[in-house]
This record gives sequence, C-alpha cells and structure tokens, in this order.
Amino acid sequence: MAKTDTTVKTLARYGLTDEQLREMFRNMLMQRQLDNRGFQLNRQGKVPFALGSEGHEALQAGAAMAFTRGKDILAPYYRDLGLALGIGLTPFEIMLSIFARAQDHNGGRQFPNHYSSKKAGLMSFSSILAAHIPHAVGAAYALKLRRQADRAVLVTCGDGTTSEGEWHEAMNFAAIHGLPLVMLVENNEWAISTPLDKQMGQPEIWKRAEGYGMPGKRFNGFDPIETYGVVKEAMDRARGGGGPSIIEGMCYRFLAHSTDDNDMTYRTKDEVVEHRKHDPVPRFEALLLEQGVLTASAVDAMKKDVLRETNEATDQAEALPYPQASDLYTNLFEGAWQPWQ
Amino acid sequence: MAVMNNVEAVRATLYDALKNDDRTLILGEDVGARGNVFLITKDFVNEFGPERVIDTPIAEASIVGIAVGMAMEGLRPIAEIQFADFIYPAFNQIVGEAAKTRYRSNGEYTCPLVIRTPYGGGVRGALSHSVSIEALFYHVPGLKIVAPAFPADVKGLLNASIDDPDPVLFLEHKKTYRLIKGEVPDGHYTIPLGKANVLKEGSALTVVSYGLYVHWALEAAQKLQEEGLSVEVIDLRSIRPMDKATILESVRKTRKLLIVHEDNKFGGIGAEISAMVAEEALFDLDAPIRRLCAPDVPAMGYALPLEEEYMSSPAEMADAMREMVRF
Repeated sequence: MAKTDTTVKTLARYGLTDEQLREMFRNMLMQRQLDNRGFQLNRQGKVPFALGSEGHEALQAGAAMAFTRGKDILAPYYRDLGLALGIGLTPFEIMLSIFARAQDHNGGRQFPNHYSSKKAGLMSFSSILAAHIPHAVGAAYALKLRRQADRAVLVTCGDGTTSEGEWHEAMNFAAIHGLPLVMLVENNEWAISTPLDKQMGQPEIWKRAEGYGMPGKRFNGFDPIETYGVVKEAMDRARGGGGPSIIEGMCYRFLAHSTDDNDMTYRTKDEVVEHRKHDPVPRFEALLLEQGVLTASAVDAMKKDVLRETNEATDQAEALPYPQASDLYTNLFEGAWQPWQ
Repeated sequence: MAVMNNVEAVRATLYDALKNDDRTLILGEDVGARGNVFLITKDFVNEFGPERVIDTPIAEASIVGIAVGMAMEGLRPIAEIQFADFIYPAFNQIVGEAAKTRYRSNGEYTCPLVIRTPYGGGVRGALSHSVSIEALFYHVPGLKIVAPAFPADVKGLLNASIDDPDPVLFLEHKKTYRLIKGEVPDGHYTIPLGKANVLKEGSALTVVSYGLYVHWALEAAQKLQEEGLSVEVIDLRSIRPMDKATILESVRKTRKLLIVHEDNKFGGIGAEISAMVAEEALFDLDAPIRRLCAPDVPAMGYALPLEEEYMSSPAEMADAMREMVRF
C-alpha cells in the first residue's frame, strides 16, 4: 500500500476565495455532524441503519466546489454525503432520508444516503455498486449529443466498485466517445472488509486511465484544496470537449462500513488510530486559522451553527410522518398499474 | 397499406421513430455499418449518423446501463441486444435499475427505454441463439414485456413501446422475421400494451399463445375447424401487462383452456395464466387446464432431432387440442 502524502499544501489555491474555503470547511463540519447524528439515532433505536463517510470530508467538499450548480450532473454512490450537501441538498433533506419520511425525495423507499434530486442534478442510484457508472456515461452521452458543451457529469465510486465489470465497460465507452465525464474514485482502502491488495493486483486505480486512452491522476483526498484543483481541471477538460478522465482521491474510511458492520473483525484499531492522526477536518481547520481565513471565534461560531442546523433538521424531519402503507403502490409506472388488465 | 414481413415492420417503425423524434437513438452491437445482423437497421447510420445509430462494444450490461442513463437524462434510447441469449449480462441493469428507476426515486426520475431483442428457436440456433427469456423478466414489477407475432402488431406495439414513459422489453421471434408477412397500415399508429387479440373465434376450447406458436396454434385450430371442432385462439401480444379480461371472457365461454408457449413449462408464462384462471374461473372449467410448453432442459440442441424434440409443432398442438375438446 503506497503511503499517501497527507500534508495540506498551502501554496496553490486554484483561485478559491476565502469565502469558498470557508464554505468547504463548513461542508466538512456538516458532514461530520450529520454522520454522527445518523449513528446516534441508530444507537437510540430511532433509525434502523446509518452509514457514514468520515474520512471523505475533504475530498467531497473539494470536489463539490468544482461542480457547477444548475449545469453539471452528479452520479454519486452511497458514501457521498459531502457531495450531496456541496451541490445543494440541505441537512433537512439528508435527515428526511435518514428518517425515511414521506417527504424524502425517494418517499422513504431507499436506504439513507441514497439521495436523488432532479432539481440538483443528482441522479437516482441503487445500492448495486457500479450500476450507476453506465448511467452517468449515458447522461454524458446525452450532453454531448445535445451539444451542451458547458455541462459535464461527475460520477463517483469507492475503490471497491472499480472491480465491477460495468465500471470497465462504462470507462471504455466514455473513452471511445470522448464524453464529458469525470470518474472520481474515492479510494478509502477498504471494500467493506476487503483491503486493496485483495481487490486488485495493481493498486493505483488512476493508472488504468492510460489503458482506456484518457488522462488519469491521483491526489491527496485529505486535502480539499488539492482535490478541488484536480477535480476542477478534469471537469473543465470534460466541459471543453477534452473528454473523460479518471481521478483517484486517496482517503480513508474512519468508520465501519455501516452500523451493521464491525470493522474490528478485519482491521486493527492501531491502523484506524494511525489514519486518524491525518484527519482532514482538524487539519483543514488549522490551515484556515494559520492562513487567517478564519479566526478561532469564527470556527467556534461555525461549529455551533452546524450543530444548531443539524438539531433543527433532525427535529423537523423526525416530526414528519412516514409514507403511508398505500404509498407502496405508487410510481411503479406512469399512471395506475395492474399486471393484469 | 403495405405488405411487410416482421423484419420490415421493425425496420420501418424504427426508421420513423428516428426520423420523427430526435431524442430517439439506437445502440447495440453491429447496428451501424453492418445494419444489425438481420439487416433491420441497414443504412440507418448513413441517414441518421453514428451519434444516433451507435455501434457499441460487445458489452451488454453497459448497452442497457448506458441506455438507462440516456433515458434518465431525457433521451429515448432504443437498445438492442443482438440475441436474447446475450441478455444475461444485462440482467442487473434491466431488473435492478431500469425497472426500479421510477419507483426508487418516487417518480423523480423515469426510464423511458425500449430494449429490443430477437428470441426463439426453430432456426437451428442451438443453446445460445434460440432461447426464450420472457419468464426470467416476467417476474419483475416495473417492466413491460411485449411479444408480437404479426407485422401490423409489431408496428403498433413497437410504436407504443417507444412512446411509453417506462421501460419495455420488446421480444421479436426470429423465426417469424421473414416467415411471416402481412398487411401493415400506413402512418403512425399504436396498439395499447396489454391488449390481447382474439385471432379466431371458437366455442369448444380456448388456446392462449404468443410469438411463433401463435401461428402454429392458428394452423392447428384451422385444421380442427375442418374436422368440425371449434377452437378459439388468443394472441397475447403483450405478456406484461396481460389481458386478463380477454382470457377470462374466452375461458368462461369455451370452458377449457390450453396454453402453448415455446419457453420452458416450469415457472413459465403458462403457469401464471393457469393460476390466474384457477383463481378466477375454476368453476367455469369443464377440463383441467393444460400447458403445452418446452421440457425442463436448458434449451434446444443444435442437432435437428434435439431442436424438434424441444419445440412443439402444429401437429402436436392439434393433437392436444383434440384431446381437450373431447375431454
């Protein structure tokens, strides 16, 4: 396993303003707070399941900043809370998903973290890994066919998904047609319990890009600024007709796969503790303080505000009703439906 | 009104769809320069260009998967699986994705997609160019499945499938492609999905079928007519949704039901029809329901006797009809 350089680079800012840096940091704080809340609610017996993306905060906050709202399309997977927030979903919408309320975009049908929002350009996806990668390619094909050169598709997955055949098929097709697509791999080193060396013989996923005939790059996914720079470059290339690319952000999954997993059955506490030393959230906070982008009191106020917003979103969503039993039967097809006519 | 075979009917319908709606496109293996292995899309690429007549890599999961993404983003893709036997790699995309897109997003996203594929035997297609796949997908809520037998139905049902806002699996029996000719009305028209067609009226037995076997059942029923035995023949045309009303009305009249299909008997379409009729009209029946379907082996073999043993025939159907009428 190649060691990742997790030092936050302070020199390049890729044009990010102080305001954007603060927005990225707030996104990271919000991710952690909402993740934490999901697990708390699970332990309280209020929700049957929760899933966290701790360790992915910087990567997702940085990537989302390169997404143009109202133009680009996001085809995420189920560990993309920060991307969902970063492209415009609200904490309240996230809590609707966690509580499976009727008002949720999916009407309480899907697991938490399986967001969809046509308004935000967030494509609906299932839990079947890699099934969404061809969907993203199809959407990118539509953009190209319609000559919408100012739009691109950002599709994401973990390292585990890159073993699926559909991942390969989709990359191959995207390359053939030079589609406006960025394949962002969030490499957190674990496919539930399976480490990288049991997933692939050659552990640098970005290098596969060359085999497809497209650019590839690996970057430090604990650094939101570097992430932004790499994702922005790839999205700009895609929008400008330069075709697809595979970019691989190195991060780490701090939590177990989900509330139904016990990661101590396959990795050591020492390994997790070692990675926690590089936790991107406090490191980015330190950087912003050091650079004078935020003051200590501003950080304190931001954390309080994130907690307040999380509490409000939790209370609001919890107070809302589940879907009704009769909602099981709606939206299978357009209009009323019976298999027998 | 023009006389066409089934290949020509598919071709003419696809041509009009591409011509009249620039959201439509065709993607599949060898659909471009080759014009599809049955020449259904011959010359399309010259007229509509390679962006709308897409030769894909040999990768069925992504043929359907990419089409799902196109459909979610507002296009009207018509995906082709070169032979139905090759559809298995795309199973997840059809069952897990296309069929669930509208449902799982509670209507926010939809998947207006047609997947066309030639199926069926009698053409020495062996184990991997002859199968019937309908029962594998029949179980899946969220899919519509169509299997027309006549050129006029091919056009009307394919138009309806392309217009449909949800995914449709469109099955074309390859033995009927050039064997079956018929008059096809001019202009755009649709036949509603889920409407069966009573091809021949009769009083002593109802025979329900679809695809190639409709033609054989009709031939057998006409033979029985000459013997003075009156058999009603229903062409389902759509497998899902299925026209329960037409089946029940017929069965309540004839009081006997024979289902013939080329797919395997066990867990096949006939099992569902039998169960439905047993639930709804058991006491209207004068004889046990009978199914004349393929045996419980994976597919027909390449050698002629293996193909013939697997498949039924007009003569075998006529025998089954006689036995049931006389029961």
